[in-house]
Parts: sequence; structure tokens; C-alpha cells
Amino acid sequence: MTWETAGGLYNYWIFILLMMIGFYTVIARGNLIKKLVGLNIFQTSVFMLYISMGVVDGGTAPILSDRFTVYTNPLPSVLILTAIVVGIATTALGLALVVRIREAYGTIEEDELLALDHEDFPAGRTSAGDTP
Amino acid sequence: MTLLAHLPPLQMVLPLMAGPVCLLLGRPRLCAVWALAVAGACLAIALTLLGQILDTGVISYHVGGWEPPWGIELRLDALSGLMLSLVSAIAVVVLLYAPASVRHEIPADRQGLFYTLFLLNLAGLLGMCTTGDAFNLFVFLEISSLSTYTLVSLGRGRSALRAAYVYLVLGTVGATFYVIGLGLLYMITGTLNMVDLAQHLVNADNPRTLLVGAGFVVVGLSIKLALFPLHKWLPGAYTHAPSVVSAFMAATGTKVALYVLLRLAFTVLAPSFSALHLPHPVTVEGMALILGLTGMISASVSAFLQTDLKRMLAYSSVAQIGLMVAGAALLTPTSVTGSLVHLINHAVLKATVFLALGGVLMRLGSVRLEDLAGAGRRLPLTMGAFLLGALSLVGIPGTAGFIGKWTLLLAALEQDRWGVAVLIGAGSLLTLAYVWRVVEVAWLRPAPAQAARVPEIPLSMLVPLGVVGVANLVFGVYTAPTLGLARAASTALLGGATP
Repeated sequence: MTWETAGGLYNYWIFILLMMIGFYTVIARGNLIKKLVGLNIFQTSVFMLYISMGVVDGGTAPILSDRFTVYTNPLPSVLILTAIVVGIATTALGLALVVRIREAYGTIEEDELLALDHEDFPAGRTSAGDTP
Repeated sequence: MTLLAHLPPLQMVLPLMAGPVCLLLGRPRLCAVWALAVAGACLAIALTLLGQILDTGVISYHVGGWEPPWGIELRLDALSGLMLSLVSAIAVVVLLYAPASVRHEIPADRQGLFYTLFLLNLAGLLGMCTTGDAFNLFVFLEISSLSTYTLVSLGRGRSALRAAYVYLVLGTVGATFYVIGLGLLYMITGTLNMVDLAQHLVNADNPRTLLVGAGFVVVGLSIKLALFPLHKWLPGAYTHAPSVVSAFMAATGTKVALYVLLRLAFTVLAPSFSALHLPHPVTVEGMALILGLTGMISASVSAFLQTDLKRMLAYSSVAQIGLMVAGAALLTPTSVTGSLVHLINHAVLKATVFLALGGVLMRLGSVRLEDLAGAGRRLPLTMGAFLLGALSLVGIPGTAGFIGKWTLLLAALEQDRWGVAVLIGAGSLLTLAYVWRVVEVAWLRPAPAQAARVPEIPLSMLVPLGVVGVANLVFGVYTAPTLGLARAASTALLGGATP
């Protein structure tokens, strides 16, 4: 692979970078809101992958007209519309859960939550699961 | 005739439309009746479809009249028929049991919501089993997942919220992995229809994209089905969810995810992978076998260490899923049949034990081992059903759980894989060990002296519990329907795939 082809694929590099940033945030951050933000970045990067692969150089939106002959593939964009809706639903639900967690525990920091769970269940075996 | 032809979409559209109606009905009692009626209708549709499939073979339904690879195809073979019937039958049993248990565990203003979410979850699961389009599958996967996260968060106590959050994060990561993988496969084929995808992948000249795409898809689905070592979300979710939700999730959720994995692995990926040359000792089925068996043993050991019975059974679910994956990875007709028959029987027996624990929680207020001394004599019928399910889980001859394990054992011996056979046996012994701890405490230890007499659980819970409990014995002796179906399904699955 030459530098030129690698550079020409820059949107895919951005996809990979965003994906890694998002995934890292999900794993490494202890704050539940920050985790959700990371999850969002992770999901958004996929939109970029799909839309990049559908684009045709110099193509227009797929509208029937005599003036255009080259069209961009509309299917990936349509798929991503669905994925965006799913992403919104997930984020909304996640944030709602964080609100309830904050009401119930008084904190949204992972390590403090874990400590509180251990107080609830002294044996320590019944906590809600390990850190994702 | 016309209605009969439109049964495949009706199967999942019915619960999808019926779910929100519960919000309008408002009163929990009405919602419960409505949900039960809908689940019953789903079961009737599923059984009709299964009959049609067994008579005439694969049913292909073109949504909106668009031809398949362009339009969305609903494709039903014996395996889909089996899954549809299983899921809707379990839904009927769980909904029969639900009203009393839900009244006890969920606040009155949220009970209507519970039935809405339950029906939406059912719609997602049924949709996953009918669709023949890989992206459509993602949509149904998310419908069922999102409703499950919410169902888990309805559990008592604040830990349920945290368990739901952990599940939401990991579940979404899994689903996103699936979408990334699917995108890469779409990149090299330009199609999303599963059958079409399989044909195009064989001719695709880019094995690296295929490998990476398949990797993402399989890892994503492995999170959803809680294959070792990606099972971290499952114990928390099963432990803290309301009892009925635990029972339904354990019996159907992971099973449907396993169905999806098998469907994609055998129908979509197998033809192109058999043409691919991986470096010598590495094979895809070898990796699946190792992960499955390691998961079975390690999760069984974890189950042995638990003091909360719901958590113990959750780990046992991880173990049994490992066993099913390992069975399918042996790739012979007998082993795949064994895996599928174990899938059916495990759904029945896990529903039994979780529903029984729901009753115990209702009457004794706890499912921790130390609180259950003498429970076998205080709640003889409920704990009796639990015992039936637990013996079936161990695989005692004469119970349903035995059939699957025995078939898998035979499959391993057929191929002279003694190591695998020994591990399956060891897994069963470990199961016996953790089930015995419960038996010892609940039956052999006397109840504490100050314990009050408690009544048996209400009849509306006892009857469905009894039905699934006895089903463990029926399917253990009268194996023609389960084994026959599993055999037909494994033929459908292996049809184009045996190397």
C-alpha cells in the first residue's frame, strides 16, 4: 500500500480512530455519563464506515434525473438512518438509567457504586457484575 | 388462504403492535390477560408455521412483494420453526405465571409497562428467528435488547439498575460489533440477504475483509449469547431482574442469540470459510470448541462458589451455553442435533428452576442459600418443581437434560474425541456438586425453630410451574418430538455446509 492510497482512504482512518477512542472511553472511564459518551462515539464511528463505503466519487444523491448518471449507493445511508434511531434509543435509555442510579446511590462513579454494592451484600458475591 | 400466507410477518408484527396497547389498557389485570392472549396467538401461529415447514419445506416470504436479494425476505426452515414454537410456548407459560409474581415484585404503576416491554421483547425475539436479512436481524436484536435492559431495571433493589446499566453498555458494544462486521461483509458483497450473502462470499476475492468482518460479527454475537469469556453482564442481570424476567431471559434470550450465531455461522459464513486456508492447527470450530468447553468448566466452578441461587443458576446458564456451542463446533449431524435438543430442554429446565425460585422469593423473601434451610419441607410443591428442574440440569437419566448431554457425549465418542467426552462428563459432575448443596440445605437441614409456617404459592403460579416441571420428565422419556425436531433442524442447518 502506497502513501497515496493510504491517504486516499482517510475517512476509514478516521473511522478506526473514532472507534478506538470511543471503545477506550467505555472501558477506561469510571463515570457512567462519560461511558455513555464513549459508547456514542463508538456507535457514531460506524456511521462513518457505512456512509464512506456507499459514496461514489462525483456521484449525486440517487434522484432520477436526466442530468446525472453517477449516483451514490443509497442503501448504506438508509441502514445508518436505522442505526441512528437505535443509537438514540440506547442513549436515552442509558441516561435514564444513570438518573435512576444517581437517585438510588447518590453517585455515578463506578468505584463508589461498587463499594456501595458491597455494603448492600457483605459477601461481595452478589454485586451487579464487573466493570464493563 | 390469504391470511395463512401472511403468517410469517404476523408472527412478530402481532406482539409488536400489541405491546403499546397495554399502555392504553392501563390496568395491570387487563394487561396481563391481553398479553397472555397475544402470546397464545403467537404460539398458535408458530405451531401452524412449524406444521407447514415440516410438510412443505422452507417458507420464503417477500416483505412488501419485493423480490429477495433487494427486498427483505423472511425465511423459515425447520430450525426457525423450532425456535418460534419454543420462544412463544415459554412466553405463554411465563405470562400465565406472571400476574401474581409481578404484583408482588413490581410497583403497581409500572406493571402495565412490564407487559408492554415483555411483548416488545417477544416481538424482537420472534423477529430474529424469522428474518432472512442480516440487517433486519440487527433491528430485531436491538428491539429485544432494549426492552430487556428495561425489564432488568424493574427488579427490586438498586442493584437492578446497575445490572441493567452494565448489560446496556456491553449489549450495545456487542450489537455495534455486529454492525461493523456486517458493514465489512456488505462492502465485499453488496448484499444483506443471508442466502445471497453466502453465495457472494464464496466468490469474494478479499479473504482479509471476510475474516475481519466475520470476526466482528462473531465476537458481537458472542457478547449477546454470553459465550465465555464475554459473559460478564449475565450473572448480574439474571440475579437482579424480577423473577419472571430472569425465567424468560434464561429460557429464550440467550437461546435466540445462539440461534443467530448458528444461523450466521452455518448458513452464511461456512461455505466461504471452508474454502479459506487458515494456518494449520488453527480452525474456527477448534476455537469455538475450546472456548465452549473452557466456559462450561469455569462457569460451573463459579456456580459452585455462589450463595445466591439466582446467581448460581446464571453461571450455570453460561456453562450450558458453552456446552451447546462446543457441541455445534464438533460439526457432525449428531453433535448439532445434540446441541439443538439441549437448547430446547435447557430452555424448559431453566424456566422451571427460575420460576420455582420466583415462588421461593415470594414466600420466604430470599433466595440465598443460608435462608433456605428446610425450604423443601416448608414449600414442598415449589421446591419439588425446583428439584425436577435441577435434576434435569444435572442430566439424570429419565429427565430432559439427560437427552441433550447423552447425544453430545455420543457425538464426541463417534469422532473418538475422548477429551471432549470426559469434559462433558466432568461438567455434569460439577453441576451435580452445586445442585447437591441446595438439596442438602433445603431438604436435609431442619427449618429454623422460629420460622413461621408459610402457605404454598398461589395456584396461578403453581400450575404453570407444574407444567414446565412435568415437561422435564415428559421430554426425558418421550423424546420423539424434541429429538425429531432437532434432527430436522440440524439437517436444515447443515444442508449446504457439511465439509
